[in-house]
Amino acid sequence: MAEDIKVIVFKLGTEEYGIEVEKVQTIERMMPITRVPKTYSFIKGVINLRGVVIPVIDLRGRFGIEEAEHTDQTRIIIVSVNEMEVGFIVDSANDVIDLNQDAIDTPPDVVGGIKAKYLDGVAKIGEDRLLIMLNLSEVLNKNEIVQLESLEG
Amino acid sequence: MDMNQYLSMFIDESNDHLQSLNESMMGLEANPEDLSIVQVIFRSAHTLKGMAATMGFEDLASLTHQMENVLDLVRNNKLRMQDFIFDTLFKSLDALESMVEDITGGGEGKADVSAIVASLQAIVRGEIPTAAGGAAAEVAAGATAEAPVFLDEFQYSVLEQSLQEGHKVLYVDVAIRKDCQLKAVRAYMVFDLLERSGEVVKSFPSVQDIEQEKFDHSFSLYYITQKEASEIQAMILNLSEIDKVTAVALDQESLHQMGQDTVAAAAEAPAPVKEATPVSNASPASAAHAKEEAGKPAPARTGGAPSRTIRVDIERLDVLMNLFSELLIDRVRLEQLASEVQNADLTETVEHMGRVSGDLQNIVMKLRMVPVDTVFNRFPRMVRDLAKSLDKKIDLVVTGAETELDRTVIDEIGDPLVHLLRNAVDHGVEGIQERLAAGKSDTGTVNLRAFHSGNHVFIEIEDDGAGINPQKILQSAIKKGILSQEQASNYSDDEAIQLLFAPGFSTAEVISDVSGRGVGLDVVKSKITSLGGNVVVYSTQGKGTNFSVQLPLTLSIIAAMLVRLGSEKYAIPLSSIVETGIVKQTQIRSIHGNKMVEFRNSHIPLVSLSKLFSVPDYDESTEEETEIVVVRKGERLVALAVQDFIGQNEIVIKNLGKYLPEVQGISGATILGDGQVALIIDPNAFIK
Repeated sequence: MAEDIKVIVFKLGTEEYGIEVEKVQTIERMMPITRVPKTYSFIKGVINLRGVVIPVIDLRGRFGIEEAEHTDQTRIIIVSVNEMEVGFIVDSANDVIDLNQDAIDTPPDVVGGIKAKYLDGVAKIGEDRLLIMLNLSEVLNKNEIVQLESLEG
Repeated sequence: MDMNQYLSMFIDESNDHLQSLNESMMGLEANPEDLSIVQVIFRSAHTLKGMAATMGFEDLASLTHQMENVLDLVRNNKLRMQDFIFDTLFKSLDALESMVEDITGGGEGKADVSAIVASLQAIVRGEIPTAAGGAAAEVAAGATAEAPVFLDEFQYSVLEQSLQEGHKVLYVDVAIRKDCQLKAVRAYMVFDLLERSGEVVKSFPSVQDIEQEKFDHSFSLYYITQKEASEIQAMILNLSEIDKVTAVALDQESLHQMGQDTVAAAAEAPAPVKEATPVSNASPASAAHAKEEAGKPAPARTGGAPSRTIRVDIERLDVLMNLFSELLIDRVRLEQLASEVQNADLTETVEHMGRVSGDLQNIVMKLRMVPVDTVFNRFPRMVRDLAKSLDKKIDLVVTGAETELDRTVIDEIGDPLVHLLRNAVDHGVEGIQERLAAGKSDTGTVNLRAFHSGNHVFIEIEDDGAGINPQKILQSAIKKGILSQEQASNYSDDEAIQLLFAPGFSTAEVISDVSGRGVGLDVVKSKITSLGGNVVVYSTQGKGTNFSVQLPLTLSIIAAMLVRLGSEKYAIPLSSIVETGIVKQTQIRSIHGNKMVEFRNSHIPLVSLSKLFSVPDYDESTEEETEIVVVRKGERLVALAVQDFIGQNEIVIKNLGKYLPEVQGISGATILGDGQVALIIDPNAFIK
């Protein structure tokens, strides 16, 4: 048996996603965001998190899902990967679960419209709950975005 | 064992040791007979070797070991310092430096140093002609043998610690002239003099006895100081009625030897000790008192002792700053609340908190200040090497090294200064023959000065060389197509000299034309300007040249103009703002499709920030009049259209984080009093 890991669970639309708890610094309620011009549309701007200026990304926008209105449930998850601190705007975040690493399968070829490279794997919890584990370094990889943009543009 | 946690400490300390090795070597070169400097060098090298070996950097350790072998011969007077040895040792230091640099960069600190090692070994084998002799060592040997002053364990450990902390421990023997009338007064004067630049740990006879004239015509003492033995000796000899003074610097070993002698003597014969202190009413209590007196001041207030500091990770200071700015935001909120509530007690408390936090802010800012010394200290060595390779004689005079600048400025300023210094040494100061022909002394002087003035620090590099010929500069500027003949005739000498900083002036052929001035000076200028500073040059032909660099005290706080664009706020650095004003829509003209406005009899481009930044709720073209901010980059001006001026403010600069390293037109962000983030506009981006 592989080890258990703790995972923060959040929602985008109907899908549930997971990020390992070590990579999450804090989860914040929505706060004023200062728009930064001349950046990608999914970068919503920067926030003041206790004196540190941190960029926030709309994860829906990042994954090419239609962006939604912010609600009471909307949260900003501050993650820290490769010394980069970034906030993710998500629809809601309200669960922490223990997950056995054996329960994580390699991602199937196509999952709900999101490019497979952003995914680390899919974990099945309970009978009909699927948790999509995010590959944060890929989500934050900007080289790939440039390619994407130039292909589209 | 995981060594990583010690690595940064190792790197810091190695750099310190290398720096002090470099400095000591320079000192020794100026004064090759002074073996006490060799001791310092030896100790430093020895520590470095130990550290490197512990950390497993074998190459580093073995090279230092070879250096130690050479130094050991020198300090034991079996080898005399000479040019070849100096050069080899300096080369070794360079090699060590690059190894440490490699380690800093994550490497193994490996390097091919076989040539240097071979030279060092040759020196040890005596394949370099050596001359025996040297008075200092003889004196040292003599002193070790004498050792008439007995130390107790406590005093011994005080001395030992002082040595470890890098102080000098001297054994001083003073003889007063036999015909001296008031010898106690003389002795008092000696003590008084010594106390001014160090601490007397133990004297023989005791201070009380000396005060009561209960001594013959001589007395001796142990002394902790930063000064050289020879200096102390000369100082005491300057007093009248002093017959003879010997001051000997002790090292760990000779001190140890003396300590052992003492313990042995004390154990074998307590009686002679008593005899030696004739009027010995030394009760245990008074002895303890004496100990206290001797021991206490030494660590506490030794004149010129290295400053008592701790190393702090710069990131922790940043965290402190961040937490502090949060506190400031809360303070602003509290102030607002207090003014709403109108409760006298609350208002008073909030005001007090405001004062305290103001003081705190000052201290937090000061924590980031570092003396320019940390940059300057590598220059003497650099100038020495340069002068040597150019066959010139140059004195580098450094003043104001204690002047403090923010860490962020310090980190950036090194390269431009190196450039300017090289310039001064290479092209400023003439060769020996030229100097003599011009009726100057053969040794050129380069002054490196730092000083505060208002909210700025100035760093000046001044040489007493041949100066710059403005006509030559104009000619080469015309040749390069930077100026037309006509324009050139309108240039004053002073303006001509400033042309050195013009871009495009720095090509190889210009070097010979204008005696080499102008090599990459535009790069120096742009670097300094990017730091929010300025550089100008003054020169008098035949007398010399002075490059004066003006720098802001800190980069993390700047004065800025806050402006509004719809619901968004932006900050524009005050340093690049020329003027603010209002233009009517009718004054805006279109030239080649670009919007221009008239400003002081010339037309300058008008940049629409709202369009460029796609501001959602503001567009100046709908207004009849629009506010403009005229910004400058070098000689070029641009007007930025904004909606409103909010006012001038001191802002703390923050970067946008690693994910957004570069955004066009934005140089960073700051947090406003209400906790909102405002972006800082980079005016340079609008000026091509």
